[in-house]
Amino acid sequence: MKKLPLGLSQREALWAYAFLALPLAFFLFIRIWPALQAFQISFYQWHADPSQRQFIGLANYWRMFHDPRFLQALRNTLFYTLLGVPAEVTFALAIALLLNSVGKRFRALFRAIYFAPYVTPPVAVAWTWFMLLNPHRGVVNRVLVALGLPPQPFLSDPATALPTVTAVVVWQFLGFHVLIFLAGLQNIPQMYYEAAQIDGAHGWRLFRYITLPLLKPMIAVSVLMATAGPSIGFLQLFTHVINLTWQNPGGPLGSTLTVLLYMYERAFGAFEMGYGAAIVVFLFFILALISLIEFKVLGRKVEYR
Amino acid sequence: MKRKSLIVFLLVSFVALYGLSKVTITYWQYFYETRVNAIDLLIKEFEKENPDIDVVQETFPYEAFQQRVAAAIPAGKGPEVITLYYGWLPTWKRAGYVKPLPFTPDEAAFVPLIQVAKMEGKYWGLPTAVRSLALIYNKDMFDEAGVPAAPTTWEEFVEIGQKLTIKRGPMIIRAGFGIAPQGQDHHLVREVLIRQFGGQPYSDDYCQVMYDSPEGAAALKFYTDLQLKYEIGDVDFVANYRDGFIAGDIGMIIDGSFAIGTILKGAQFKVGFAELPVLEPGGTKANFASFWMHALTPRAYESEEKLEAAVKFLKFITSERAMRLWLEVVGELPARLTLIEDPELAQDPIYGPFIRALPYSYATRFYDEIAQRRIMLDAIDRVLKEGMDPADSLKIAAAEEQKILDEYCVSK
Amino acid sequence: MKGRAISYLILCGFAVIMIYPFLWAISTSFKPLYEAFSPNLVPKNPTLENYRVLFSRTLFPRWIWNSLIVAVGTVASVLLFCSLVGYTLAKLRFPGKPLVFALIMSTLFVPTQMLVIPWYQMAVRYGWLDTHWGIIFPGLIPAFGVFLMRQAFSVLPNDLIDAARIDGLNEFGIFLRVALPLVRPALATLGILTFVGNWSAFVWPLIVSQRKAMYTLPVGIALFSGEAGSKWNLIAAASVLGTVPMLVIFVLFQRLIIRGAVMSGLK
Repeated sequence: MKKLPLGLSQREALWAYAFLALPLAFFLFIRIWPALQAFQISFYQWHADPSQRQFIGLANYWRMFHDPRFLQALRNTLFYTLLGVPAEVTFALAIALLLNSVGKRFRALFRAIYFAPYVTPPVAVAWTWFMLLNPHRGVVNRVLVALGLPPQPFLSDPATALPTVTAVVVWQFLGFHVLIFLAGLQNIPQMYYEAAQIDGAHGWRLFRYITLPLLKPMIAVSVLMATAGPSIGFLQLFTHVINLTWQNPGGPLGSTLTVLLYMYERAFGAFEMGYGAAIVVFLFFILALISLIEFKVLGRKVEYR
Repeated sequence: MKRKSLIVFLLVSFVALYGLSKVTITYWQYFYETRVNAIDLLIKEFEKENPDIDVVQETFPYEAFQQRVAAAIPAGKGPEVITLYYGWLPTWKRAGYVKPLPFTPDEAAFVPLIQVAKMEGKYWGLPTAVRSLALIYNKDMFDEAGVPAAPTTWEEFVEIGQKLTIKRGPMIIRAGFGIAPQGQDHHLVREVLIRQFGGQPYSDDYCQVMYDSPEGAAALKFYTDLQLKYEIGDVDFVANYRDGFIAGDIGMIIDGSFAIGTILKGAQFKVGFAELPVLEPGGTKANFASFWMHALTPRAYESEEKLEAAVKFLKFITSERAMRLWLEVVGELPARLTLIEDPELAQDPIYGPFIRALPYSYATRFYDEIAQRRIMLDAIDRVLKEGMDPADSLKIAAAEEQKILDEYCVSK
Repeated sequence: MKGRAISYLILCGFAVIMIYPFLWAISTSFKPLYEAFSPNLVPKNPTLENYRVLFSRTLFPRWIWNSLIVAVGTVASVLLFCSLVGYTLAKLRFPGKPLVFALIMSTLFVPTQMLVIPWYQMAVRYGWLDTHWGIIFPGLIPAFGVFLMRQAFSVLPNDLIDAARIDGLNEFGIFLRVALPLVRPALATLGILTFVGNWSAFVWPLIVSQRKAMYTLPVGIALFSGEAGSKWNLIAAASVLGTVPMLVIFVLFQRLIIRGAVMSGLK
């Protein structure tokens, strides 16, 4: 490239655009354009033949807010998120810190063990938990009874099904978040710790003033993914609920139904693609809103000196 | 458009002149080994008789069959002939995924229940096989408990169920009956028990819910009492009633004829089959029957040749010959009366109970199958899980379901 | 020392819960079907039949191969592009940055279940059906990866980059030689997570592949489930074998995480 009469900042911007050109084309063409199509579909009565799709304005949206099952799914999904995100993130952070503190010899082994649920085949996950939590023959209940406690219905009762599913989902995705935190912990330059130790800082103070602030970017990733991540975020919960309640997707009396699961049921079970699209558009705004709030709270820049 | 028709014209004249061009049509069904094999055999025979038609079979995993179809057809891909569960017809039809058959089938030759495939005076598809329900039981377990024969009344059924059930405290170790609303039992309540108790689930055109009646409530009460009062099983005893039966943890289940193969292959004990019990000797008999049907997609209507070929193929796979082969290879009940009235088949120890039930079987006319199924499941669960009175629970279900029926019946 | 002992105790305690289902899957893969529903962990009638069926009667090796191509191809693209975009968003200054960031992040919030129909149409239009590329293209640059890398780069001190500029490196050189080695742990993490995510992806591969020879492993496994039940023992066998590549990738990339840590420790 010939030297152009460009200022430093202009040159930096040019580089940035060059780096972004191809990826942006990808995002616009493969991710955003199809999403806009879904947006368009939400105003239509779906038909396989595009020329026969009927414009029905906001009817799909109107229906959504008058559909008790959708509202139940929405309530459930928010409840999942409220319950699951804090549990998942704090638990994962604790385990990551524990893993970081064990000796080198076992570190790799423990990491593999804690990552195992994330790669365990969904069928095995569903089946084993179903067995373990079975009200009649499950080990968990046998233990409870042996301890003189009443057996619990777990997945089978509308009142306890949702927290139970949440617990299993947390169990399964723990590895994902632990890994992110481990990466964050390894990313913290040792010199910060050394400097602080010279200043006489230990234990909790090291964690509070070095680890936590420097881990913040990764906490943001973890929280955002736990909330909104495709397929692993609680707001986009889908596959794992199906797996755990595959006999009756959505659980007893719809107690574990999620927004996406209901969307899927309508769009692909009843071929109401327009309605499904409307649900997706609505979910998009919920996801964006909650993520934005989280991002505002967690995304503040950390200053380094 | 003009150019397209010109090309079509040229093609047609080419075919007419040389008579060697072939039409290719595609057939879709979900993957199930014996079904795939049966269609392969049929295609071979069909192509021998129709050398100018090529048929390609494509199959997909069962669990995502509908999603596959949902994406393919709007993109102008996909099959000319497709198989679908009869209950999906109204939603598929409304979304334009299937087109009516361009001919009138000989209704009288088929079992009457295929009439649910008729909408707006036209047939939208035809089945090769039909299925009904029967009582399936573990003979070894019966022998061990000293039960000589399958129950014929529900009273006997409960008695036997109690004999087979083993409990430890409130927990079930072995269940007499695999109570499974999410399996076939929601059909059992809807089309069998309600009728046996003297009620009617819907009006004859299935546009009016009628099960919120004293008879309906009595039927639901009896069904839920199997768990709550007689304690011969529990919905949450096993993950899947059929798997539990095969594993030997359950003595009796009520299941569809499509499961015969799976059960016989898996079970390590003698399996018995019997017609569904009735309320009292000589009481009303009822059963639920259903089918997968072959239908035409909009793609079949893309050209005259394709349509002609697709119709020929569809007629062929719903012919008597095809049904015979289907029964042999897949083990599913034929949909034509001539075959069903075969006395030898009706006395078969395995198929007999299912075949004998066909004359008194009902196929629920679903409009939104997935939602209607859910409504009945919820009606049962409200009683089992929340202790609601069966009559109240049915009232809620009826209100919900009527809304769906209204939408379809009025727009029809 | 006491603290460490407690750490071990807690970690060991939970470890059992973490791997039990996995052990159960292994056990089931050696059981005949009728035993697959019993809760015993040690098979009563152990058999290798499931594995034999897998290799003799299904396209299992082919499915593994397809999954491998798809996962490795995606990981390559993700590592390159996500780190590049993440770096650009974290460390370069240019007009329109918030907009670009918002645009990319917004794609995180569109459930893929709804995108399969337009993607399928795209695949039909460009002839991508039944190709590896067809399975790969929607996941080439996930927003999650961009975000993860942006966050990882954001911790790096700006002085480091300025110093490199003064040394005369161009921006790509700075990215590749200075910044990238420092975020190796994050990169390795992204590699693992991307591999696992694509290895177990189900919905899109199912829609875009027509021929069974083009199925990825999870799609192939779905063939063992039908209307009248599932062959749990076959599913377990296929899943267990299918997990091996994920574990290999995990161990390989884990090494990178630790090595990366050592390097940044030396700084």
